[in-house]
Amino acid sequence: MRAPTSPARAPERLTRWLVTLPPTLFLVVFFLVPAVIMAAASFRQPGEFGGLAPLAQGGLGLEAYRFVFEDVIYAWILAKSFAVAGLTTALCLLLAYPLALLIARSPRRRRNLLVLLVILPFASNLLIRVYAWIIILGPLNLLYSPVAVIAGMVYVHLPFMILPLYTNLEKHDPALLEAAQDLGAGTWTRFRRVTLPLSLPGILSGSALVFIPVLGMFAIPELLGGTGDLLIGNLIKEQFLDNRDWPLGATLSLLLTVAVLAVAAITAGFARRRKEAP
Amino acid sequence: MALLEIRNVTKRFGSLEAVKEVSIAIEAGEFFTLLGPSGCGKTTILRMIAGFDAPDEGELFLDGRPLSGIPPEKRPVHTVFQSYALFPHLTVAGNIAFPLEMAGKSRDEIRRRVNETLALVHLEDKGGAYPDELSGGQKQRVALARGLVNRPRLLLLDEPLGALDAKLRERMQVELIALQREVGVTFVFVTHAQQEALALSHRIAVMKEGRVEQLDVPEVLYSSPRNRFVANFIGTINLIDVEVREASRQGLRLAAAGLGEIAAPPQAGATAGARGTLALRPEHIRLSPPSEKPELKNHFAGTIREYLYLGDVTVYKVALDNEVLLEALATNGAPGRARFHEIGDRVNVAWRHDAGAYLAS
Ligand SMILES: Nc1ncnc2c1ncn2[C@@H]1O[C@H](COP(=O)(O)OP(=O)(O)OP(=O)(O)O)[C@@H](O)[C@H]1O
Ligand SMILES: [Mg+2]
Repeated sequence: MRAPTSPARAPERLTRWLVTLPPTLFLVVFFLVPAVIMAAASFRQPGEFGGLAPLAQGGLGLEAYRFVFEDVIYAWILAKSFAVAGLTTALCLLLAYPLALLIARSPRRRRNLLVLLVILPFASNLLIRVYAWIIILGPLNLLYSPVAVIAGMVYVHLPFMILPLYTNLEKHDPALLEAAQDLGAGTWTRFRRVTLPLSLPGILSGSALVFIPVLGMFAIPELLGGTGDLLIGNLIKEQFLDNRDWPLGATLSLLLTVAVLAVAAITAGFARRRKEAP
Repeated sequence: MALLEIRNVTKRFGSLEAVKEVSIAIEAGEFFTLLGPSGCGKTTILRMIAGFDAPDEGELFLDGRPLSGIPPEKRPVHTVFQSYALFPHLTVAGNIAFPLEMAGKSRDEIRRRVNETLALVHLEDKGGAYPDELSGGQKQRVALARGLVNRPRLLLLDEPLGALDAKLRERMQVELIALQREVGVTFVFVTHAQQEALALSHRIAVMKEGRVEQLDVPEVLYSSPRNRFVANFIGTINLIDVEVREASRQGLRLAAAGLGEIAAPPQAGATAGARGTLALRPEHIRLSPPSEKPELKNHFAGTIREYLYLGDVTVYKVALDNEVLLEALATNGAPGRARFHEIGDRVNVAWRHDAGAYLAS
């Protein structure tokens, strides 16, 4: 029995390599390498006309980091960005959950149409859709306020919450709800004890898909927010395009990445603990 | 008064009548079985008892009180689903605790009853496991424990053994009987496996196309089926076309083409001249070598056509001289002498005058 297994295994391993190599290469070239370049840039000096000063001239240093950590405004803007992202995620969840549930519980033939309607906004350009909000919010006297920013953020990111939630809810076995009802659970209890806990993975991935892009988003705060509503995304963009301080921009975006990874790690740990809890 | 009374219930899905004028009374403590082929309406009846479907006509009564308008979560009726429907995000103990939590029991009582019930289904060490870590038989037991833990008035079981392999199925049947006797909960059991129904039930309702064809204890269903459908559905049976020569309180004298006269037990409603069927169980037929003098009243000459050796028994297909093919069952009692007859052997085919049942057609 031992002899046939080893030759059968070798092609299997080769296939695994061939299949996983392209995506791995892609990630290394377009994610890992830029991240390393970005990290390296944060220790360099800004060039005279933008870009980076030649290494021989500027050398390496922690100026950009000192600059960020000395001025409390950067921490404040980062905190505000997290608050906006958190609030946007919460609002998206509140709006998306009933919608996703409605789609998942409609007749199978109608579901595809409803999903199509959810992703239909992607058919037009993001900026055009945000400009539409200027026209809506202008007469309401809400333009250039935090409310406008949040409204725009929620609107743009709602589909990213609906789709993972729907994908999760659609897979739930209806027999589980019948079993719960049969064993004495009313409508609300069935939701709380069966649907909600089973949809946690959908909630987590939807939240990540909203929270992380909102953190880096600069177009919406720029168009709908007032001058006081700069978020971390705007700040980073400014360093690269307007202030031409690449090291500072690199430092800020590196800090943002670290903060996002920390949040992701905490969430993942939380999810794992829930699963392991007796 | 019956625990559950199903009175004249009809259920339609569009133009299809899934259940037709069914009336059944189930007594407290009974192991009651609905038996019938696929699509005959068994699940539909269970769903009406559980409250997931409402009858279009008729009414169901529990302890004499009508059930209509009471939602499933308020009925003292629990179901063991064919797919088990265990909650994947809860442990075995969490699943079993669920109905107790719904009933608002105290934490101490929940812990105690969950442990008791785990012991009842022999899963003491699996309380902390998740359903996807269990084998089919273990899942089955968890589903049973969850249905029983809060002692419902009625436990509905929809083909609960359907997904198990033959060996495990047999073992679960034995456990199911013991469990029902131990907890005293009334079971309404659904199956399309006739042997399972015979083995487990106090009473069986045999269903066909939404109707109850016969409702009785297993022995009567087996020995006195009311019609060809029931006779065929329960066990194997030989059917011989006959005409009634003479009917009396002592018995029937039947005539079969090419065979001559057959004596059969009395049957109400059989009148001389009527045409019908004689239903005869294979184990009631005795085969013997032509050299032995037959001592039974019904005896005919035949030829062995085929046999099927099954270990404990051998099934013979034997053709009578009028080309009627009968199945006969011989117990292989004596060791080392499994088969008595070979293909082509001439044999005497005999059965007692009180064996078989006459079915009017
Ligand atoms: N929700 C429904 N809508 C339409 N027809 C249905 C519905 N439920 C059941 N039926 C039909 O009613 C009939 C009886 O179905 P039921 O499920 O009660 O059969 P069953 O005896 O349980 O069969 P099986 O042994 O295959 O489970 C079938 O013809 C089925 O197609
Ligand atoms: Mg069924």
